[in-house]
Amino acid sequence: MRFSIYRYDPDKDDKPHMQDYDVALEPSDRMLLDALVRIKSVDDSLSLRRSCREGVCGSDAMNINGRNGLACITPVAGLREPVELRPLPGLPVIRDLIVDMTQFFQQYHSIKPYLINNDPPPETERLQSPAERAELDGVYECILCACCTTACPSFWWNPDKFVGPAGLLQAYRFLADSRDQAGAERLDNLEDPYRLFRCHSIMNCVDACPKGLNPTSAIGKIKDMMVKRTV
Amino acid sequence: MAIARRKFDAVIIGAGGAGMRAALQLSEAGLKVAVLSKVFPTRSHTVAAQGGIAAALGNVTEDNWHWHMYDTVKGSDYLGDQDAIEFMCRQANEVVYELEHFGMPFDRLENGKIYQRPFGGQSQNFGGAQATRSCAAADRTGHAMLHTLYQRNVRANTQFFIEWMGLDLIRDEQGDVLGVTALEMETGEVMVLQAKATLFATGGAGRIFHASTNAFINTGDGLGMAARAGIPLEDMEFWQFHPTGVYGVGVLISEAVRGEGGYLLNKDGERFMQRYAPHAKDLASRDVVSRALTTEIKEGRGCGKDADHLLLKLDHLGADVINMRLPGIREIAIKFAQVDPINEPIPVVPTAHYMMGGIPTNFHGQVVAPYKTGPEEVVPGFYAVGECACVSVHGANRLGTNSLLDIIVFGRAAGNRIIEDLKKNPHHKPLPADATDKVLTRLTRLENQKGGENVAQVGTALRKTMQAHCGVFRFADMLKQGVSRIGEVAERVAQTEIGDKSRVFNTARIEALELDNLVEVALATMVSAEARNESRGAHARDDFPKRDDDKWLKHTLYFSADRRLDYKPVRLKPLTVESFPPKPRVY
Repeated sequence: MRFSIYRYDPDKDDKPHMQDYDVALEPSDRMLLDALVRIKSVDDSLSLRRSCREGVCGSDAMNINGRNGLACITPVAGLREPVELRPLPGLPVIRDLIVDMTQFFQQYHSIKPYLINNDPPPETERLQSPAERAELDGVYECILCACCTTACPSFWWNPDKFVGPAGLLQAYRFLADSRDQAGAERLDNLEDPYRLFRCHSIMNCVDACPKGLNPTSAIGKIKDMMVKRTV
Repeated sequence: MAIARRKFDAVIIGAGGAGMRAALQLSEAGLKVAVLSKVFPTRSHTVAAQGGIAAALGNVTEDNWHWHMYDTVKGSDYLGDQDAIEFMCRQANEVVYELEHFGMPFDRLENGKIYQRPFGGQSQNFGGAQATRSCAAADRTGHAMLHTLYQRNVRANTQFFIEWMGLDLIRDEQGDVLGVTALEMETGEVMVLQAKATLFATGGAGRIFHASTNAFINTGDGLGMAARAGIPLEDMEFWQFHPTGVYGVGVLISEAVRGEGGYLLNKDGERFMQRYAPHAKDLASRDVVSRALTTEIKEGRGCGKDADHLLLKLDHLGADVINMRLPGIREIAIKFAQVDPINEPIPVVPTAHYMMGGIPTNFHGQVVAPYKTGPEEVVPGFYAVGECACVSVHGANRLGTNSLLDIIVFGRAAGNRIIEDLKKNPHHKPLPADATDKVLTRLTRLENQKGGENVAQVGTALRKTMQAHCGVFRFADMLKQGVSRIGEVAERVAQTEIGDKSRVFNTARIEALELDNLVEVALATMVSAEARNESRGAHARDDFPKRDDDKWLKHTLYFSADRRLDYKPVRLKPLTVESFPPKPRVY
């Protein structure tokens, strides 16, 4: 199978280049990550992040033939050749397929991604009805892979000011939690021309999410909450 | 080479559930903590835990911690230390409620309480009816827990060193542990992290096997570091093979599938677990179920054209239950087995999953080793928790959902113990002159190696050797050969060569350093397994099919320097209740 992979090692390269690989895959190499591991066994200088190899850790997000996705759950069968692999767009490249995710995590941290509840905790669990808990479905499952945020033109344009789809999905995760008491404060924190309102519902994020989540819908719900509290 | 040095109250290696639970305790106490992780914290392997965390909340069926303790002791095939098991089971409810208070999104029952499901080896009333003890967030409990712990650490301002790899332990002449050397992956720089307390929470080492449910990062780094520093490794012959890894791929299919009512079938469509465990059937202990699957395959009742796997049926649960309680499993089955479990069974085989052994500790998370006067002396400054530690609550076989409990209970306990210990030892001890010698020797060797072997190639040899010689059933001749073959692999590991010499994010170097750790784990496993002439829990010897309490009711200790074994007694005496004496183990 033929690959064309983005290569850049600041220790020796002046600028990035694309490198071609032609590799014989084994029948057990079903996913793109299997193919990359095989390439790396021949060329150990190819650098990428990977860990769980089952789509739950979010390490191996990359741009695959122009679309963001996780290498470990992208089947090689059906990929157009040469398979063009690039680092996630919109973030600085550290090396090869490895990007600097500092800005992505700064935005995640900026939404106070933790439950805020100032009541003394009860002896046992706080109660939450199945319906209240169901509000978190499709939201809490985010793996912070950054496929969505780095597919978003609004984030490319304002990565320092726009929270981005992943961060906003998590902002909604806490706004939607019946146990959280900081709703007003959370909305204040997003009431800004950039932080929330740079989202123009382009929906690249929905298309990119390897877990099938829908940040655009969550962002819409946050906007509804904003409207509701002003009327 | 001048090596930079930083000082902390405590250094934690590993940011999975255990490391982050400990970190939270220390950060909230105002200590200066550094948490090192090879990956961003939420990418640690805790994220892959599926089925739940054990606690006798009694939300669904009557339950109490003492029954949980009995199940755990029995599950361990009586090799578990009963003081540690009592300690863990007594605290289970409290730590689970605490996680809920932190914001963990558990599933809920109609009355608003935490959802619980049955799991293997869980019983009411000391071996009676099935208990319902596993607290779950769908089949993503580890994900929900790990993200919650990271979030809580963000709130507590914990200082993370992300994409840093611990390299070697620093000990002084007395054997006290004074910190670690570590590598910043992005820059390739080595640093000394000096600490009054060094806590290992580096997780498992399932990557010693060819077929494994484990992530790439599970390379036993803490065990390698400890072994090279003269700390023994305990009970390394005991590896759990999970009954249901996806056939041909190894990805985990949670026991929650069977907890929710799924069951295993052979090629005749027979529910064969009824023959092996008439009472508990598909929810017998994992070692029992994995042996049953292996026996079915061996005796020609496997499925598929090569008769080499079994089927896990769950379509009868219906689309609603599957989508609500097992959505991640459905996703994995569709992606990795090309079957939708709503319509079709999932092809599965036993797959290496969990290391019961590890760095020996007491239930405070303090590392204990033969030292000065006794076999279990505390090593000052050194702590270990989670899968890399052997406390030992899992003994010869771990029960499903006890691993998430283990990491939270002992992560918290180690945090508390460190806080206490630092009150007594408020100052850093001076570093020995040779603090960085060991690591520099390794790095220089790797840098200058010429004509050496490719890391991937040697790694494959290691994994295939372990797979062939140290699997679900173990045979005397295969073990004997295995010891010498893995010894040969170890010689090759010492001669690996990397092509990539870049300083920046050099993953070739990381993989070579990880292989140094994997081979320590593999050697310890093979040597310990070869010596244990009995069958107990996950260690099943063809030539010694019975448990032998007279000779083998004891923990193995493996010393890396001379590949020597020693033994120490099992702690049969609990903290307050009566001991559960060994008896025949039937499910």
